[in-house]
Amino acid sequence: MNWITNYVRPRINSIFSRRDTPENLWSKCDGCGTMLFHRELRENLNVCTSCGHHMAITPRDRFTALFDGGIFTEIDVPTPLEDPLKFRDQKKYPDRMKAAQKATGEKEAMLVAEGEMGRTPIVAAAQDFSFMGGSMGMYVGNAIIAAAERAVELKRPLILFSAAGGARMQEGILSLMQMPRTTVAVQMLKEAGLPYIVVLTHPTTGGVTASYAMLGDVQIAEPNALICFAGPRVIEQTLGEKLPDGFQRAEYLLDHGMLDLVTPRTELRDELITITRMLMGQPPAVAGDLPAPGDVADATPPETAEEQPAEAPQK
Amino acid sequence: MTNYLDFEKPLAEIEGKAEELRAMARANEEMDIEAEAAALDKKAADLLQDLYKSLTPWRKCQVARHPERPHCRDYIEALFTEYTPLAGDRNFADDHAVMGGLARFNDQPVVVIGHEKGHDTKSRILHNFGMARPEGYRKAVRLMELADKFGLPVLTLVDTAGAYPGKGAEERGQSEAIARSTEKCLQIGVPLVSIIIGEGGSGGAVAFATADRVAMLEHSIYSVISPEGCASILWKDSEKMREAAEALRLTAQDLEKLGVTDRVIPEPMGGAHRNRDAAISAVGATLKSLLAELEGKTPKKLIKDRRRKYLDLGSKGLAA
Repeated sequence: MNWITNYVRPRINSIFSRRDTPENLWSKCDGCGTMLFHRELRENLNVCTSCGHHMAITPRDRFTALFDGGIFTEIDVPTPLEDPLKFRDQKKYPDRMKAAQKATGEKEAMLVAEGEMGRTPIVAAAQDFSFMGGSMGMYVGNAIIAAAERAVELKRPLILFSAAGGARMQEGILSLMQMPRTTVAVQMLKEAGLPYIVVLTHPTTGGVTASYAMLGDVQIAEPNALICFAGPRVIEQTLGEKLPDGFQRAEYLLDHGMLDLVTPRTELRDELITITRMLMGQPPAVAGDLPAPGDVADATPPETAEEQPAEAPQK
Repeated sequence: MTNYLDFEKPLAEIEGKAEELRAMARANEEMDIEAEAAALDKKAADLLQDLYKSLTPWRKCQVARHPERPHCRDYIEALFTEYTPLAGDRNFADDHAVMGGLARFNDQPVVVIGHEKGHDTKSRILHNFGMARPEGYRKAVRLMELADKFGLPVLTLVDTAGAYPGKGAEERGQSEAIARSTEKCLQIGVPLVSIIIGEGGSGGAVAFATADRVAMLEHSIYSVISPEGCASILWKDSEKMREAAEALRLTAQDLEKLGVTDRVIPEPMGGAHRNRDAAISAVGATLKSLLAELEGKTPKKLIKDRRRKYLDLGSKGLAA
């Protein structure tokens, strides 16, 4: 039974989800429990159509929705040393990595890409919470540095979507060292005068918030995202005191002056276009000029032959 | 009265016996116990050497947290002159977990910043056990800016279990404060030398230890998470801290191999708390030589080299 639930079923699921034919046509909203038609939910970017609850979205799906026509080019990330500490807890680190790769179909916890968003050229990076809790290890550090270097090279803004439980313990001190490393990356952008916009998504905690995720020129969060350094459980254990409702949620941080905006995922793309175009001194986007995400026919033709659709458009 | 760690119990027994004998001899002058007491002293010294020759990572954590270990204040008092504390973040409060100000180090004016844990119940509470709130990091940022403006080197002494996990600290932007402090470390055009004198706990330590040169005392630790925290997450059992301490590679010796620390400062036999003066002067000598290595570098070069150092970090594993 264990073997079937732990191994066979995820395999089958991953094969099906790659083909965009979910085995189950309905998903249940984590927030209100409403049964939602899978395709409808996907079209609404995994935001519940009934209560507005934001469920997780993979970096690939996010980019498909973000970039014009769902077209983007992945940026190569230098591969770091595998298992630098020979870390072993109850499992070996390389085994945990393989399991995460199998379950997500991704190489690591961050995806970096370039492309156009509302005909505005950008570089984007998105963290994948489903990959070992989005944890920040050397690869994530390399990804952010690669994103910043590419943005500087192309003179484009960098938009970063954060989602992480924190540092990757299996890389020990080297995961901690990603705090200064990624801060250097942010400084590269600042010195080049390029916008660095952070979108904090649920959850963004620990060393990630204490470095690149809090250093944006503009800080936006998705509704109800948990954003903190020390998690609520740690604080409750330390202080033995009950925390207020909504503590460390996006709206609470907004109230306390820690964020610029809280924006629903469905309105995020338009807002990002507006903000980046102003910061880049570009003319306002013309509404009719904005190709709908996922609608290839209306999209800007690919700049280079290298650009290719990351995923077949839906429908 | 020495504070013994659990693994030092046999040592406590022997040293206790020697102490008892001497006390008896003082009460009764006819007793001649010196030979016996000396034999016990020798036995204790051998045992101490045995215990400290190869401390396990978990035992190093215990030594690093030893309550009698010299703390930031002790180093500042002994190694600096004209120490002038500067307080406050100009925003909300003065955080006593972080002390800092102007001082002279070998007559050279510098800015010194460090975590202070306190040495008794009252001072520990005052200093919040060395766990800084956002105001502590913002004070550090302010002091680093001051140093940068007037061309003074910055010396940081790191000794914290980590940033304080509290409601107010979170509300006032703990993570942003740490991020800004790390950012400031990477921006200042003056020499920045950091010594980890006890615990280098996670983000709270990085915020001060992102430096041109980082040195660690022999039995200090520097880690992404406490061994107890790591054990409770990965082993689901906080009692597995010994295994976690082992796996995390948090000792000064391992961190030197990984390139995270540039130098390991030897401690007196039995740890810095057994001979505080020797430990403090060893730190002083290291500070002096590391500052000398940075002498004559232009602000631009300092910043460039510091950033390069962090970008390159992690390219070699332990195997090398």
